[in-house]
Amino acid sequence: MSLTVTNLTVRYGGREVLRDVGFALEPGAFCGLIGANGSGKTTLLRTILGFETPSAGRVERDGTVGYVPQKLQIAADMPVRARDLVALGLDGHRLGFSWPSAGRRRRVEEMLASVDALAFADQRVGELSGGQLQRVLIAHALVSGPKLLLLDEPLANLDLRAAAEIVALLKRVAGQGVTVLISAHDMNPLLGAMDRLVYLANGRAASGRTEQVVRTEVLSELYGYHIDVIRVHGRILVVAGNAEAHHHHDHDHVAAIP
Amino acid sequence: MFAPYLLNAWVVASLVAVASGCAGFFVVCRRESFAAHALPMAAFPGAAAAALFGLGQVYGLVVAALGGVALLLWLKRGQRSDAATALLLVALLALGSLFLSLSGRYADSVYALLFGQIFAVGPGDVLPALVLGLAVPAVLLSGFRPLLLSALSPDLAMVRGIGCTRIEILFLSVLALAAALALPVTGALLVFSLMTGPASAACIMVRSPRAALALSVALALALIWQALALSYLTSWPAGFFTGVLAALLYLAPRIWRTARPAPRSPGLA
Repeated sequence: MSLTVTNLTVRYGGREVLRDVGFALEPGAFCGLIGANGSGKTTLLRTILGFETPSAGRVERDGTVGYVPQKLQIAADMPVRARDLVALGLDGHRLGFSWPSAGRRRRVEEMLASVDALAFADQRVGELSGGQLQRVLIAHALVSGPKLLLLDEPLANLDLRAAAEIVALLKRVAGQGVTVLISAHDMNPLLGAMDRLVYLANGRAASGRTEQVVRTEVLSELYGYHIDVIRVHGRILVVAGNAEAHHHHDHDHVAAIP
Repeated sequence: MFAPYLLNAWVVASLVAVASGCAGFFVVCRRESFAAHALPMAAFPGAAAAALFGLGQVYGLVVAALGGVALLLWLKRGQRSDAATALLLVALLALGSLFLSLSGRYADSVYALLFGQIFAVGPGDVLPALVLGLAVPAVLLSGFRPLLLSALSPDLAMVRGIGCTRIEILFLSVLALAAALALPVTGALLVFSLMTGPASAACIMVRSPRAALALSVALALALIWQALALSYLTSWPAGFFTGVLAALLYLAPRIWRTARPAPRSPGLA
């Protein structure tokens, strides 16, 4: 397994943010981490990264990890080009002044090309559009050759086209054997690509293969609201259902899906 | 202007410019302009205390500036209000003025410490300036990549195993040394100008971090040399020229950049 999370519990100031969360991902899996804002997605990712210490349970990772954070607030004037940010993913932790080398430059160019970012490689990071910045951040995360890639809401604030292109790019990355765990509050942009899904609600997690979870009865149970799963032109869409069909569900009883 | 008795002033001013240009680049990238303003303020009572007790000024400056780092970190961690921070800084200035008053050299010393007195630099000031002037760039250049990555995103830095708290303490300590070095030259109130003016201009003018760092140092040297020359020629204070030239240096590329047409963004929307 590329990532195994076992009975994970995380508390902040006495409040249980994650409770008894468990799932496992195989190498090359493309997994969506879905949940409403505040459901604990970022906390789970930060605990997997080792930024947070769990109260109980454990995280086992195979190999190095790449990370794309939710926010990167860079001033437009910051003198850092897209290629500089990618290069920092290669050796940003090393001491000593780095002199330009042909090998380093080639590796950065290859990574920029692999995410279709060569066209804006010399632009300042602070001047990139949302979609361009996500590509560069993904290249930054992948340039060191991680086995696991974690992305925190990378599709937030992207238009439909940019979101679809980022998802297609991540699917390609997963196809190369990198396990991808991507958090999102809206699962629709991911439905055609993800093969596994971890759903977080009230600190509990349900996980399973996409076709097991993305069903009207399962999602309605998880969301505590009637959810319709619609098939249009061979594609699946998840939409909030009719308000009259609302049913109250207790999130505390979310169960793991086999 | 280049008479032997002024040679020390040129040497010390040049060392100050190199250290300030280097430190200033990271001040701008890490958005630590407030620290660049606050640490010289914190160093001021140290120099005043050294004058009162008859100690070397540089020792008082270094100890007080490093104390200022501890104070800044405490204010940051506790997320103290702006009012508390401002009052604390003014209290430090007041403490410095008390020490200078007790030392019996109030007027001249206040002027020198707040606005700088570069032409008063003596042979004994060169060695400490040389040590600090070389140590500051050396430490900053050796930590160039971790400092830059943690400035972009603490999370990205932590993923690469960089301890952001350690990096912050290291950076602020080096900044404190740079402030202690620059204070006798530019004065507590104008260290900020020398650190942020050239560095901000450099960051606007070039896109690459290495080029911006080099340009920041070059502009800081040009600024301090011009300030010295103009001060010598006009007998006006060097601090005045430092402050005004730094402001012009910052404004000129900003106006140029605002006036030119926005570059077209290639690639994806």
